[in-house]
Amino acid sequence: MTIALSTGNIGKVLNNKFHSAIKEISGEAIIIDRDSLFDVAEFLRNSDEYAFDYLNYLTAVDYYDYFEVVYRITSLKHNRTLILKTRCDRDNPSVPSIVKLWKGADFQEREVYDLLGIVFEGHPNLKHIFLWEGFQGHPLRKDYF
Amino acid sequence: MEIDITREQVYSPAEIDKHEGENIESLKKASLNRIIPDRIEWLEEDIHRNILLTSADAVINWARRSSLFTAVCFPACCGIEMMAMAASRFDLARFGMEILRASPRQADLMITAGTLTWKMAPQVKRIYDQMAEPKWVIAMGACGISGGIFRSSYNVVPGYNHIVPIDVYVPGCPPRPEALLYGIQMLKNKIAREHTRIELKFKAESTEP
Repeated sequence: MTIALSTGNIGKVLNNKFHSAIKEISGEAIIIDRDSLFDVAEFLRNSDEYAFDYLNYLTAVDYYDYFEVVYRITSLKHNRTLILKTRCDRDNPSVPSIVKLWKGADFQEREVYDLLGIVFEGHPNLKHIFLWEGFQGHPLRKDYF
Repeated sequence: MEIDITREQVYSPAEIDKHEGENIESLKKASLNRIIPDRIEWLEEDIHRNILLTSADAVINWARRSSLFTAVCFPACCGIEMMAMAASRFDLARFGMEILRASPRQADLMITAGTLTWKMAPQVKRIYDQMAEPKWVIAMGACGISGGIFRSSYNVVPGYNHIVPIDVYVPGCPPRPEALLYGIQMLKNKIAREHTRIELKFKAESTEP
């Protein structure tokens, strides 16, 4: 069974490497600054020490004041899993795309863009996936209705 | 050990051969100079016995309702009940309509089994438009009638009657296969009361020079 990585240990490593990027380290997840998300993710994916080569899922939550994008990544090599989170404001929500690191993020980022309206900067084909072209609004936002 | 003969033959082999020869000879004597006529007399008397007087409506409606072919349009979970209805326990074949046509052009009945989203709606409309006249639609289940529990959703069509004309509504979530069979019977009764106008078009001959 895959073991959830203790955020304490990896948090120290990330804190040393990316000082300002790590905003908060909770029991389950590491919350990363939006601007450095790609660098941190690239380090976690490509370093031999961690080698998080698999993206389990990517989703987003509406917390009224801000959006939170959640990434769950797994290292098949070390049999470890980790949750990353990043936050963006509601007015002009945008998050760097991680499709270059994990191809599986493609459709899931499009889904989040479709239903919550978060723009993923650098996504190769960011357009509607569930809803049709011309649909007004983002249905999974809390203020949609 | 001696063979115990418990039963003697009634006829000796010579007698059997003689009997067979007599049989063949008698059949040959009776058949050789005789030809049995082919049974073709009824072809001539066709017109005397094969007329049935009825109304055109009765015949046309009987033909139409007796083998309804269903188009494949099962967007959601009601399709499972629909399959149960078509399978051996409830057995749609009893009503001459067990074939679910893969092509809408060979179908004349659409059973709308399931929730319809706005993204799927153009495809359902296209399936309906591709079906040849005459064609009928059964709205199956709460979603087919009104959108069901998804009625207020942002992408669910609130009832198939926004897209295609409906003939029979079968309520339920999902309806039991018996309910769907009952709905099909109601549709057959409806077809039996239809009127067909046969339009004979003659070219009016001009009386003017």
